[in-house]
Amino acid sequence: MCLAIPAKVIKIDELNAQVELGGLIRQASIMLVPDINIGDYVLLHAGFAIQKIDEQEATETLSLLSQLTIDDNQ
Amino acid sequence: MKLVDEFRDSAIAKRLASKLQARKTAAVNLMEVCGTHTVAIFKHGIRQILPQSVKLISGPGCPVCVTPNNDIDNAITLVQDTSVILTTFGDMMKVPGTSSSFQYEKAAGADIRVVYSVLDALQMARDNPDRKVVFLGVGFETTTPTIAAAILEAQRLKLNNFFLFPAHKVVPPAMRALLSSDDVKIDGFICPGHVSAIIGSKPYEFIAKEYGIPCVIAGFEPLDIMLAIDMLLDQIASGKSQIEIQYRRAVSAEGNVVALGILNRVFEVTDAYWRGIGEIPGTGLKLRAEYRKFDAKDVFGIESGYDTEKESCQCGDILRGILDPPSCSFFGKACTPEHPVGPCMVSSEGSCAAWYLYQ
Amino acid sequence: MQNSRITLGHGSGGKLSHDLIESVFISQFWNDISARSDDSAVFSLGNDNGNIGDKQLAFTTDSYVVKPITWPGGDIGKLAVCGTVNDLAVVGATPLYLSAAFVIEEGLLLTTLTEVVKSMAETAAEANIKIVTGDTKVVERGSADGLFINTAGVGVIPSGLRISGDGAKVGDAIILSGSIGDHGIAVLSAREGLVFANELKSDVAPLNHMISAMLNSGSSIHVMRDPTRGGLATTLKEIAKQSKVAISISEEKIPVKQEVTAACEMLGYDPLHVANEGKLIACVAREDADKVLDIMRNSGYGQEATIIGEVLAESSAMVMMKTKIGGTRIVDMLVGEMLPRIC
Repeated sequence: MCLAIPAKVIKIDELNAQVELGGLIRQASIMLVPDINIGDYVLLHAGFAIQKIDEQEATETLSLLSQLTIDDNQ
Repeated sequence: MKLVDEFRDSAIAKRLASKLQARKTAAVNLMEVCGTHTVAIFKHGIRQILPQSVKLISGPGCPVCVTPNNDIDNAITLVQDTSVILTTFGDMMKVPGTSSSFQYEKAAGADIRVVYSVLDALQMARDNPDRKVVFLGVGFETTTPTIAAAILEAQRLKLNNFFLFPAHKVVPPAMRALLSSDDVKIDGFICPGHVSAIIGSKPYEFIAKEYGIPCVIAGFEPLDIMLAIDMLLDQIASGKSQIEIQYRRAVSAEGNVVALGILNRVFEVTDAYWRGIGEIPGTGLKLRAEYRKFDAKDVFGIESGYDTEKESCQCGDILRGILDPPSCSFFGKACTPEHPVGPCMVSSEGSCAAWYLYQ
Repeated sequence: MQNSRITLGHGSGGKLSHDLIESVFISQFWNDISARSDDSAVFSLGNDNGNIGDKQLAFTTDSYVVKPITWPGGDIGKLAVCGTVNDLAVVGATPLYLSAAFVIEEGLLLTTLTEVVKSMAETAAEANIKIVTGDTKVVERGSADGLFINTAGVGVIPSGLRISGDGAKVGDAIILSGSIGDHGIAVLSAREGLVFANELKSDVAPLNHMISAMLNSGSSIHVMRDPTRGGLATTLKEIAKQSKVAISISEEKIPVKQEVTAACEMLGYDPLHVANEGKLIACVAREDADKVLDIMRNSGYGQEATIIGEVLAESSAMVMMKTKIGGTRIVDMLVGEMLPRIC
């Protein structure tokens, strides 16, 4: 139902940000995530940052994935 | 791309696939509610690497597909007024109304423009002060806060030529409606990750508590989806039913509080008609009184009426997960992505279109 | 009712374009030559006059209506030459002569037109072809979008050579000359501010020198196509249909630049459907595949050439892709117009 993709905030001008994704640059409104900082990753949907991505949680999900699959391989 | 590539790692995916294959699982039906999950599942070929006993059913999670004929017909009527520019997302262009579609009306001369963001429509209104810019708003909770934010922006800019034609839908009560029908047999839900990034995990709790069905809120990369399926199978195996979040990097229990605040400030809940399903109470959104001046239905005097469905289209059953797309008598014959009959074939994420294109 | 007018989808190069060609054009223009539906018409002028012997002529035409008319890595002029040169080269022809016709919107800056024409001349020199005839029309403001160009071209096919979309053989390696989608996304990024790609350039290039080196190697090359509008998926599906074979490709092997992936993820496009203007797909006998790869990589137009799959079996036109995670999916033609999706 909803395409959204991680993008890195590289510039903030009040409620507008410039975000970078895979070498592409575009504008995104940060009205829905006003507390965002430069360097943060956000989910970009229809020209808006709709949520901050928690990189710590991403790392934990990835280590859970490796854990799950390593156990199985032994 | 960071935070994407890691979750597409082929070595981990293949090991996870063997782990899933090795599970001793009784036959289960898991429903992915969200159409973007449906597309991801087909695009990455996830069905083929699951054990035979796990059946994935595509649910009603495509806001484009469930937009009823009426809304399309009314928007088409509206854009016959040459002062109107109708704007909408690309997905909507080929959705059939009773006798036409935006794509066709555009070819016939109507001023219909595709935008990527509602902000593009807002800008269009500022650039064309002598035209009335109507945005046909479709979408679930992922998208609706962006529309609400645009309305607040229109208010701030004192725009009097920007209007919203609201055709939004709300997800959790639709899931309740789905569960209330007797013929649905679902053993677990893969819940929509991006809707949940906004609404959080709490609104799904009734599913586990009242219906005893496990739920996992999942991300959209192949490893996310596979892990979510593994988590659901764990819950089913241990006889549990709870709301778990696989997509922790984007979803919390409370969701995006700021976005929800903006959404609730601008919109209030109303009833809505879902193509192929019918009216579901409490699943629509309408502008609150103080923003009604932006409501195209009000301003242009459009009456909401009942829908007329194509005869014997079985989308309703497909959307409820009772029927597989190929079991519909229209599938692949009278109904194809070029000439869709029902909603499931309309958007590329509709369950029939995804099935047709990728399987 | 949906079909009673032309929509933009009919011009997408995908399924709707095919339907239009079959229902409107082929039905009226059908003959033994048009029936082949290759990128160029191939025919002989007859052996009686002794001028051309048993050589065959290739003849093709294409119109270019891109917006904007310049973008990183190319412009409408370069495209108009390369597109026609490539359509000739992929049927095995040595491109020789091109025509160039211009439909110009009133008000176009003369400097813009001059730049485009200069670019055409440079590309013609690169491809070693001559632009020998042309036409100019000017239409009222609003009747055209700046500048449309049509080019037609002729080339000669060496005697005995036959390369057609119907030639794929079971066991053939499928070679792709480089990354997909660069052109489509570079043009998109030059348009309307949807995204801005810093580094990405269009791949628009004349492929005739590379193709001529491939053919001169004496390798068994059965099919060549340039996957333009409709992308890799549409072209592979066309080959599968024309040759009545099943094709299997591997997602892992297909080069896609990160900007292209990112734009596709953001807009809901499939990179397999995004346009290329300087890429080649070749179906080559397995034993010659490495030799052909070497030639392509050293030609200056196919450094990233790689084998992406193989022709599996004689069947009814199926293209399958092994996904990175080990699943499989069907690859089909682009349906209609590519539009940004949010859902």
